[in-house]
Amino acid sequence: MNKSTAVYQRVYVWEFPVRLYHWVNGICVAVLIVTGFLIGNPITISYSNEAYQQYWFGTVRFIHFVAAFIFFFNFLVRIYWGFVGNVYARWRNFLPFTGKQIREMKEIIKVDILQTDIKGRISIGHNALAGFIYFLSFLVFLFQAFTGFALYSSMSSSYLPKLFSWVIPLMGGDFAVRQWHHVFMWFFVVFAIIHIYLVFYHDYIEGRGTTSSMIGGWKFERKSDSKKS
Amino acid sequence: MMKSETYKEAFERAGIPRREFLKFCTYTAALLGIEASGLSKVVHAMETKPRPPVIWLHFQECTCCSESFIRASHPIVADIILDTISLDYTETLQAAAGHQAEKCLQDTMKNYYGKYILLVEGSVPVKDGGIYCTIGGRTALDILNETAEGAAAVIAWGSCASNGCVQSAKPNPTGATPVHKIINKPVINVPGCPPIADVMAAVVTHILIFDKIPELDGQGRPKEFYSRRVHDTCYRRPYYDAGLFVESWDDEKARKGYCLYKMGCRGPVTYNACSVTKWNEGTSYPIQSGHGCLGCSENSFWDNGPFYQHLASFPGFGIETTADDIGTVIGVGALAGVAAHAITTNIRKRKLIKENMEESSEENHKVEGGEE
Repeated sequence: MNKSTAVYQRVYVWEFPVRLYHWVNGICVAVLIVTGFLIGNPITISYSNEAYQQYWFGTVRFIHFVAAFIFFFNFLVRIYWGFVGNVYARWRNFLPFTGKQIREMKEIIKVDILQTDIKGRISIGHNALAGFIYFLSFLVFLFQAFTGFALYSSMSSSYLPKLFSWVIPLMGGDFAVRQWHHVFMWFFVVFAIIHIYLVFYHDYIEGRGTTSSMIGGWKFERKSDSKKS
Repeated sequence: MMKSETYKEAFERAGIPRREFLKFCTYTAALLGIEASGLSKVVHAMETKPRPPVIWLHFQECTCCSESFIRASHPIVADIILDTISLDYTETLQAAAGHQAEKCLQDTMKNYYGKYILLVEGSVPVKDGGIYCTIGGRTALDILNETAEGAAAVIAWGSCASNGCVQSAKPNPTGATPVHKIINKPVINVPGCPPIADVMAAVVTHILIFDKIPELDGQGRPKEFYSRRVHDTCYRRPYYDAGLFVESWDDEKARKGYCLYKMGCRGPVTYNACSVTKWNEGTSYPIQSGHGCLGCSENSFWDNGPFYQHLASFPGFGIETTADDIGTVIGVGALAGVAAHAITTNIRKRKLIKENMEESSEENHKVEGGEE
């Protein structure tokens, strides 16, 4: 740790489209989990009525479908931004192919799990481990989109869901597709718990404004570190 | 072998009046979804087309498909196949036995090569050389391969022949395999345990009338009958959208006829015509009788149990364990891990803060000293 030059400078890490994507995605996932749970196991709201008097379950499903469409297109925007955005938004952040990235992954695993002190510099954008886990989560996003639209295709006549109807015979029927769609929902629950915690943790140990960066876009870096990179 | 006569001739020979014949044609046309103006086409086909011979094979099955079939709404529908049509070979109904029956099968295959319709009821065991189902000393696998070769069309009756049904449920000791995975020909899958009689009859008559197999979906099922979910045509669907569900058997909600979704009804994931065509001459279907759909026409429905809960048990964790149980455990585990992590982070925070504070004060000192 070079103490003599610990002067911090501001780095604009997360551009507006990345931040917007992040929060829209977060809200969509939260809505999808809650409505998905209700669809999977509906609560008893009222049973004194006749069917024509209410439509709450239909509404819950409608919200689920709308959120799913937003989630999907929002994700497409993020895929695009991975090609045109700034250096921190690019796809190579998500794929640990370089030796530097692999070393950083090992370092982060030590810091996160063994709680050792940070040695050297951690990337100011996604660290290598986080980037790779986000990449895996993108695969889950795709899986949920594919299975979700496949399930939706039988009740829709629109073009987009129909594109995914081949998933049903591939997975052996609606039941299996529904089951796996449900199982992977839990990925999002566990992801959210660990993700939010690790943001707080890294905010604390790095002291570089990790949490607020997803609101304002700025992070802070020691001048000495930024010179090294 | 008798000469191929037309349906009309066969009807006349059987003493069925023309009025009945036309009623049958109308009924068939309606079942196939043919518009009224297309009725003459059906009548014409029935009057002029020679009846193709039919071979109906029985392998690993319970004969519920045959039982269903003879209960078709219109009596002639069953008659046309089982009696009037030249049903040349079927183990359960033929008068011939032994060598005589086998000869009949061989003759049909030889004399009508490329013309006969092959109906298969039951799955075919392939494990251990197929020894788990043999007829006349030959394995089902052999018989199927031989008969399928010269068939004009192959129809897989029921879930056994279409997707393996209970025989192919885990662990599938006999290697029970559906027909379409064995033969190298397009197979019309008519799943269901059993399939609906009128659907079976309509599929056969479709081939007879149009001389081609009906339009099939991704799983080889005729789109006419398997393109919509039981759920989408269910008369209890409004209760689903309203969120009114039966919570336990015979509760007040069950008596009111609310949706059976929470009782594990497979209607939302099952493609069949039950809620439209219904059973036993349109009398009822499972949901109308107060019991959820089991999804009997869907792939591996036996492995998707328990039937009375909507989420299948998770493989490897006991019968009652669902994905939600596993997910809850993992979720709670993640929370506990995170909490423990936060605690240990707090324990070592003094050191961390001290280091950083020292660093900052050093830094401030330097800045004040004008070094920077």
